[in-house]
Amino acid sequence: MLDKNTHPDDVVVKVRDLVFSRGSRRIFNGVDLDIRRGQVTAIMGPSGTGKTTLLKLIGGQLRPERGTIEVEGQNVAQLSRRKLFELRKRMGMLFQSGALLTDLNVYDNVAFPIREHTNLPESMIRDLVLMKLEAVGLRGARGLMPSELSGGMARRVALARAVALDPMMIMYDEPFTGQDPISMGVLVQLIDRLNHALSLTSIVVSHDVAETSAIADYIYVLSDGKVVDHGTPEALGRSQSQWVQQFMQGLPDGPVPFHFSAPPYGEDLLAGGKG
Amino acid sequence: MMDALAKLGRGALDFFERLGRGHLFLMYVLAGSPPLLLRLRLWTQQMYSVGVLSLLIVAVAGLFVGMVLGLQGYNTLVDFGSEESLGVMVALSLVQELGPVLAAVLFAARAGTSLTAEIGLMKTTEQLSGMEMMAVDPLQRVIAPRFWASFVSVPLLAAIFSAVGVFGGYFVGVGLLGVDDGAFWSQIQSRVDFHEDVMNGVIKSVVFGFVAAWIALFEGYDAVPTSEGVARATTRTVVHTSIAVLGLDFVLTALMFD
Repeated sequence: MLDKNTHPDDVVVKVRDLVFSRGSRRIFNGVDLDIRRGQVTAIMGPSGTGKTTLLKLIGGQLRPERGTIEVEGQNVAQLSRRKLFELRKRMGMLFQSGALLTDLNVYDNVAFPIREHTNLPESMIRDLVLMKLEAVGLRGARGLMPSELSGGMARRVALARAVALDPMMIMYDEPFTGQDPISMGVLVQLIDRLNHALSLTSIVVSHDVAETSAIADYIYVLSDGKVVDHGTPEALGRSQSQWVQQFMQGLPDGPVPFHFSAPPYGEDLLAGGKG
Repeated sequence: MMDALAKLGRGALDFFERLGRGHLFLMYVLAGSPPLLLRLRLWTQQMYSVGVLSLLIVAVAGLFVGMVLGLQGYNTLVDFGSEESLGVMVALSLVQELGPVLAAVLFAARAGTSLTAEIGLMKTTEQLSGMEMMAVDPLQRVIAPRFWASFVSVPLLAAIFSAVGVFGGYFVGVGLLGVDDGAFWSQIQSRVDFHEDVMNGVIKSVVFGFVAAWIALFEGYDAVPTSEGVARATTRTVVHTSIAVLGLDFVLTALMFD
């Protein structure tokens, strides 16, 4: 299913035969995917398909039941805590909530990873922080507290923080959810621009088809614990799968039915009684 | 019958699983503590937050407890004509028992709940996960400074509670009820032994501080990441700390009298 001609060095994240469950519910059942260097790769699928869980597995916050997840050739699940933290210094993650530290202002939030992992003088940290904030258009908001930011601004600050240590890869967890059109446009542009300007590799988890397709080089569509299709946005637009067509076009009925499973409507109305 | 047994078994399993998680948590916090020596500012910030800000409630409570002890003690001692012993009665009650116990319980109510809620909310809002993804260990960066600040604060608060309490007893006994000033202090000086009495109280408050810090932080870290989960965790902090402190007080007292 995956492209066998891909050069191994081109693949930053390699997932093979991934199996993962939460309680008795199987989230992934044999997922294979490759995230290629320098590309924006989107992981799409309906809510509850485990897109965020996949990011946590790639980041080593969860361990798979079976299968392997390799980041830059290292099997994430088998890394020691120290080596995992070393790897994470080269990964950025943008959480859906932003996950800003609420007791620190915007400036200190962006400075946080730099202060934690380097011994740079404060004057240099200031320059770095202002550069990152300038890149997301929020240099003027550096004195604000997270509670004073809108949802879109909070995500832009989180994005500035995620790139603070110049990572090789960034994972975006539902970056467009709950954003107004302007904020959404800003975020779409920022993800695209940062990926190319900083030579990053980006993984965008989302179910916003139009916005994600506009910037993704490659898309994986997940459903029921498996990759149901993958390819470029154009290729997926021509997919033969009815399910993929329903998802990509946002059709209300199709392989995923509008109605939840129920007895016939007429019978139900005539049955009387309660509930 | 079988259902009840199954429920009991499930409850026991949950209890031991949680106990295990609690001990692992403590182990990781202790193991992650040495780097804190290089970052004393993190620790002193928390000392202010959990210690200094608890000072007022502890001092006021200590004053009232001391005043009540003075009043009750005087009424009992005066019947035997030994009201001069009021000072030593107040001091020993406070130093050995009420100071360490009540300071720890008040600490749990004031600072413990706030620690649990803070950590629980950090978990709910993915701040702890965010730190982990930034390769910053939250156990080292967030939990360990709060743990050691609480551990040090409780014995200090207990000492302040006892000291203020003695003045409360003095105010009621000497100031209002007419006990001899000199007798009040000289009895304390001659009959309160530093090694026997004061150090036993210090040992108790050190143990209580350790337990109160552990429970408050673990409850926050282990909270279900929802508003209801954090609310439950906060309640559990007060309940569990109070029970643990009172239970340990009995055990330690029994060992010290042995």
